This record gives sequence, structure tokens and C-alpha cells, in this order.
Amino acid sequence: MSLLGNISYRVRYVWRRNLDVSLFNWKTMVLPPLLEPMLYLFAFGVGLGAYVEKVQFHGFLTSYLTFMAPGMIAVATLFHAIFECMYGSFIRMRYQKTFDAMLTTPLLMEDILAGEILWGATKGLFAATAVLIVISLWGLASYPASLLVLPAAALAGLLFAGFGLLFAAVSPYIDNLNLPTFLFINPMFLFSGVFFPLDNLPRWLRAVAWCLPLTHVVEIMRVATFGSLRASLWGDFAYLAVLTPAVCYAAIFLMKRRLIK
Amino acid sequence: MEAIIRARGLLKRYGSLTAVAGIDFEVAPGECFGLLGPNGAGKTSTVNMLCCVLPISEGDITIAGLSARQDQRRIKAMLGVCPQESNLDTDFSVLHNLVSHGRCFDLPKAEARRRAEALVDRFRLRDKAAVCVDDLSGGLKKRLLVARCLVNEPAIVILDEPTTGLDPQSRHQIWDEVRAMKAAGTTVILTTHYMEEAELLCDRLLIVDQGRVIESGAPKALIAQHLGAEGTLEGVFLKLTGRELRE
Repeated sequence: MSLLGNISYRVRYVWRRNLDVSLFNWKTMVLPPLLEPMLYLFAFGVGLGAYVEKVQFHGFLTSYLTFMAPGMIAVATLFHAIFECMYGSFIRMRYQKTFDAMLTTPLLMEDILAGEILWGATKGLFAATAVLIVISLWGLASYPASLLVLPAAALAGLLFAGFGLLFAAVSPYIDNLNLPTFLFINPMFLFSGVFFPLDNLPRWLRAVAWCLPLTHVVEIMRVATFGSLRASLWGDFAYLAVLTPAVCYAAIFLMKRRLIK
Repeated sequence: MEAIIRARGLLKRYGSLTAVAGIDFEVAPGECFGLLGPNGAGKTSTVNMLCCVLPISEGDITIAGLSARQDQRRIKAMLGVCPQESNLDTDFSVLHNLVSHGRCFDLPKAEARRRAEALVDRFRLRDKAAVCVDDLSGGLKKRLLVARCLVNEPAIVILDEPTTGLDPQSRHQIWDEVRAMKAAGTTVILTTHYMEEAELLCDRLLIVDQGRVIESGAPKALIAQHLGAEGTLEGVFLKLTGRELRE
């Protein structure tokens, strides 16, 4: 358990370092999370949605655009958190030697890695907030229930950032990161109920889908923006609350083992 | 005087490879202590264990009475480390590299900034203060690395090949800085492949080969002992470590 004991308030220096980089390039930090979901909403929600009658969700009959919009919040959280800690952390670890430099200060490796996860989660939360703002302006989010998006995105951000660092930890080379993208991120993106209700899937595939973390995040986001809070959300939160510390612990453990010989 | 650094039976293994095979040494406060040896002799592993970034396999290092096995944070707080290869933050300007590094030592923002500005002037980096590190020449990067290791006002500075690849002008500037550190009472640990540099700067040397100490002493004394008054430190080094190529 000394792994956790070695995490201190110094994580904020790592977090702050990454924030500073983003603030120097604030346009690339701010614009993509705002504009990317707009592309999806126009292409699928407006374009494809014109051919879709109505979608059923927990007894609601809604337009396809309304159905898909909260899925975009979940996807934004996923992409921004996980890619930051896959590619971003890998580059800082391997090429920029940022970890090496920080390690010669009173920071321990655990501080650095926890700081990276916290930063990835921050990017996920930021992206989720950006999408929430967009779809709220579009009139696709019901309040106050939609405020639940923020704590959910924070938790999901930690989870996906943890996954990202975990993949970075076990990839010998940066190109190896294509593998988790292909085997984990893309299937999750397509089969977690972002684009269509899972009820349409064969039974076995539905069972697989409910094992994927993104499915639970999509469910929470959709219930929140629909304003139809229900007791089953506790189950989704419980799933995330158990998986998140486990994944983050594994990521820090494996990355530390990789870097400190 | 009581030693500030004490290494006892220091050993580092990587799997079946023993890089440092049990070495002992002591460094007095304010001393400039040189660590010499051919490539692959175990210098960098030793330095990294001193910096508390590499776990010790056997033996121990105590720095100012603290054990490198337990008090890593407190030891690291009093060290300034200049690594062999640049690990400057390529996302930041020269000035922000210093500020950001200083923040990791718990310096308040204003203090980190004040020290960064002072170092920029002292190391004659003022013209480059706003330039991104990626756009610096090799010599300027080294100069910034040396400047950066002073941002926490360390009691001990560890310089791992600080002048490798530099032109004579830059090398002399770094030598002047090392002399200034010594004059300020800072303990300096220096590794180098330049015997002239070791002879000029170091009060005492440790020559290591294949993970073991093969000789130690003041540069002049080593020359006198092994080659007589006409010898050079390079001659002593080659005599002790042989002429075969390493690695």
C-alpha cells in the first residue's frame, strides 16, 4: 500500500505543469472539444436523424438528435481523458523526459503518475462541460438533472485517464498504442449505446456492452439530460466507483514498475 | 569535518548485470568530488542512486544523515541535479523551465519567479528568456540545465557530464559556475570524461571501473603516485583502466 502512501499534495505541480502547457496553446485546448461534438451532432443527429423516426429510451419517445446528444458528452469524456494519458503521458515519459526531470525534485514517481491521471480527468471533465454547454444551448438538456453530468464526467474522466496510463504503461513503443485504440476504444465508441439503444442488439452482445465502462457513462449522461433520474443509476455509479480506483492503481503500479528498475 | 555524503557497500543490479559492485566513498561538505571511469563503469548508476531516482540494490547512501532508502523527498529537496542528457521541458520557454522546476520544490510562485529571473541573468540567458527550449543550441541547453539545478539553492549539486559536447567558451563558463558554487560552500559531485576538467575542478577523485573503486585521492597526489611529476591525469586514468575500448 506504500504506492498510495507515496502520493502527496505535490500532484498539483504535475497537474499545473500540464495546465500551463495547455494555457500556452489554449486554442487547441478549447476549440476541439467545443467543435468536435458539433460535427457529430450535425452529421448523425441532424443528417442521419432525419431518416430515423423516433427512438425509445426508458419509456421516452424522442428525436434521434435528443437521443444521441448525451452520448456525445460520454464520448468527449472518453476521448479527451484516455488519449491525454495514452499519447500525452507516453510522450512526456519517453520523449520529453518530463518525468525524469520532475523525479529529481521532491516528487516521487507516484506523485507524477497520479498527477498525470488527474490531468487527464481534468481534460475529460472540461470536454464534457464543453459538450454540455453546446447541447444545452441547443435545447437538448433538461435542468437541473443535467448537472449530474459534471460529477459523472469527473469520475469517468479519472477512469478513462487511468485506462490511458495503463495502456501507456504496457506499450513498449508508441505505435503499440494503436492496439488498445482498435480493441478497446473503438468497440466501446460503437457499442456503448451512443448511437443506438442497446435493446436492438442480440442478447449476448448486449451483455458484453453492459460490461464496457462507456455504456454506464452513456446511461448516466442520457438519464441526466433527459431529466428522468432513476434508481438504476446507483448501479452505474457503483460500477464506475469500483472500477476507477482499481484501474488507476494498476496504471500507477505498472508504470512505476516500468520506469523504476 | 563530518562527511555530508557517505556511501557504504553501494551495489546496483539490473537483473543478472551488476553495474555497481559494492563501492564506498565519503564526500566532505564544500568539496568538489569527481567521479571518473570509462563508459559503462557504473558512474551514472551511482549518480542516480545518489539522486534517489534509482533504487539501491544493496548497501546504503546517507546524505546529511538521511538515508537514501527512506528519506528520498527530504534528500531530493537539498540536491540540484544536472543530468547527462537534457530533460528540459520542451513545451516551455527558458524562463518558465526555471519557474516550473522551482515550483516542484514547494517554492511559492513569486519566489520561484524571482529566482528564475536571477538565474537567467547570472547564466547570461536574458536574451533567450522567452525562447522555447527546443530552439536553443546544445551549449545553451547545457547552460540552462546547470542554471536549473540551482533553483532550489541546493546544498549539494550533482553534475553528470556537464560539459560534454560543448565548445571551449561554454565549457569555461560552466567551469566558472562550478568554481562559484564551490566558493559559495556548495558540495559538488562531478562526473566527466575530460581529465583536464577533473584536474582543474575536483578536490578529490574516485576512479571506478566495472562497478568497483580502483583508486581515489586528490588529482595531484594521484599523478605523483602513479606517474611522477611529469605525468598527467589522463595518463594515470589510462594506466589504471587500460586502453581497451569499452562498450
